[in-house]
Amino acid sequence: MAMAEPTTATLDQLLAAKEIVICCGSGGVGKTTTAATLGAMAAAHLGGRVLVITVDPARRLANALGLAEGFGNVETRVPHELFAESGVEARGELWAAMLDTKQSWDDLVRTHAPDAATRDAILANPLYVNITSRFVHSHDYVAMERLYDIHRSGRYDLIVVDTPPTRNAIDFLEAPARMADFFSSRLLRMLTVPARSRLVTMASRPFYTVADRVLGSQFLEDIAEFFLLFQTMYAGFVERSEAVSRTLADKRTTFVVVSTLEPAPVREAEFFVRALADRDFGLGAVVLNKVLPDWFRAPGTTSVAQRLSSQSTALAEQLPPSLGDPSQVARVLGEVGESFLNFQIVARREAEERSDLARHAEVVASVPYADRDVTDLAGLLALGEHLWRER
Amino acid sequence: MAIDLLDRKLLFVTGKGGVGKTTIAAGLALLAAQNGQRVLLCEGDAKGDVARAFEATPLAFDQRELVPGLWAMAMDTEESLKEYLRLQLRLPLIARMGPLARTFDFVANAAPGVKEILVVGKLCWEVRSDAWDLVVVDAPASGHIVAQLGAPAAIQELVKVGAVRDQTGWMMDILGDSQQTGVVVVATPEEMPVNETIELATRLRAETDVDLGAVVVNRVLPELFSRGEEEVFRRLQDPELAAELAAAAEGPVQPVLDGAELAVRLRRTRAEHLDRLRDGVTGTELLYLPELFQRSQGVRATRQIAAALGEELGY
Repeated sequence: MAMAEPTTATLDQLLAAKEIVICCGSGGVGKTTTAATLGAMAAAHLGGRVLVITVDPARRLANALGLAEGFGNVETRVPHELFAESGVEARGELWAAMLDTKQSWDDLVRTHAPDAATRDAILANPLYVNITSRFVHSHDYVAMERLYDIHRSGRYDLIVVDTPPTRNAIDFLEAPARMADFFSSRLLRMLTVPARSRLVTMASRPFYTVADRVLGSQFLEDIAEFFLLFQTMYAGFVERSEAVSRTLADKRTTFVVVSTLEPAPVREAEFFVRALADRDFGLGAVVLNKVLPDWFRAPGTTSVAQRLSSQSTALAEQLPPSLGDPSQVARVLGEVGESFLNFQIVARREAEERSDLARHAEVVASVPYADRDVTDLAGLLALGEHLWRER
Repeated sequence: MAIDLLDRKLLFVTGKGGVGKTTIAAGLALLAAQNGQRVLLCEGDAKGDVARAFEATPLAFDQRELVPGLWAMAMDTEESLKEYLRLQLRLPLIARMGPLARTFDFVANAAPGVKEILVVGKLCWEVRSDAWDLVVVDAPASGHIVAQLGAPAAIQELVKVGAVRDQTGWMMDILGDSQQTGVVVVATPEEMPVNETIELATRLRAETDVDLGAVVVNRVLPELFSRGEEEVFRRLQDPELAAELAAAAEGPVQPVLDGAELAVRLRRTRAEHLDRLRDGVTGTELLYLPELFQRSQGVRATRQIAAALGEELGY
């Protein structure tokens, strides 16, 4: 079971006590919007310098942050006037940056390559280009690496991170450890052997026999050369990955699990909550998006809705004729009742899912189903009001 | 005229996370099986959602019949590799060696396209085996599917010789043949799913030879009122009528009216996204599935989806 942090009861208190907030959850649950909202609210009400790092935000979110132009790997300040225009006197500064995977990898290579020749050889290697753009886990690792880097720079009081979409929600938690494993592995050494010498040991012979037949020896040599180059960065990479892992587990870091109350995202959220607990990472809050309003479950509504749907004709006759043609009124009443009963089924299921999830975190905040997408900072701040003080 | 969806041999069902991709894949497979086809449904990741759609125990690499005519399996790259080595290279002994598989897992993780080719290779193998009328894949989400479908071409480019390269040709033939293979993109009429669907349609055309077979629009809300009825609904919300209405309905009527109001507004917003989707994927068949207001996911929901799909496809 995840331990809720004892001193925090609302999101504003949680954010005020932390330096890094990592928003996670499955795809399509409003993770990016939540991260932007938390960042905007913290900058507006808690003060200090707040940075939101997002991955591939929707155009309108970039617009909402006033960053339509040149929103990239560079950290860009959200204009102070935007807060004023939204009717909020911001106490702090809001900054935003996007994660550019390729750029971040290149920066990493530049940092860790032992010399200019190796650096250039790696950057030009076709496998490197391929791996950094397609390697399934490359997003996850650079996201965490970049976070570590920015946090260490001390430029921000609070960093809110929107995690990249992954096949598996916990991938990015493991990315630093996996990167370290990768560089320390016997397999990497085994693979790089042929490039160093033609001596193939008995132990590795079956591997090469099969590998040669399946992949062709040229390809294997390409891989080997690439890994050999990469290995020159071994020490730097391992050290960094471990530091990144430590940052994730640090008390100053907290995780916010974002979900909707649909069955699949809830399952993923529960899985994530367990994964955090297993790793001793701090679960700060659960944020639920697109939640149906409470009044769908208000007492007495079921029988009213049933009456509307099943006795619509009789009801229509009791109402003033100014409403319109009684048969039309009856149809409207029927639809109203029917629709309510439909949504009520979903609302009841959601309430159940919500109480299941709420067991894990002290702070559970929800955002009602909005019929409009957020298109400006005012929209983000309005969303934030729902989240801010709710328990 | 494009070929009917279920007359193809291989369907990749994808979409942004949370749109109901697995349920649609399960529904399509079930519909085909109900129509007498012999169907293989393949779960692309190990999350167990396909098994859940049929309330079955977790799936394995070995195929199992879930309902008459519908067989299911879970993709597993290591198992796929072992099978490949056994069948293609006749290397039964080596394939059984644990460390070798681990080594390969490592290469497959690191080298671009290897893992993907093991998945696509297995699927194409099943198609070519003629054991199935239809293979339905609960494929990776829209962000990852292009890499998977493009794997044979990528391998052909990177690997100059070897057994794997030799295999890519016939796989590309199957994938590139719109009579045999199609991608089904699932979207809900919401902003991000629509954006991703349009983007994916563009990328499929630009980066692969695989045909976009259909877009399934999931969770379309019902139209509650005609224009005249909407007028009546407005008048019903008049505060002066509230007491009278509550008396007639014998209880709190306001939340019930608010519920209908929310439904109307949601439908209107979704209609805008739906228009954007239609404009973004012109020429592609769109299948509309209603919001089912389900209690839960499971066999019953899967059957409802299959029935709704059948209605759209004219079964």
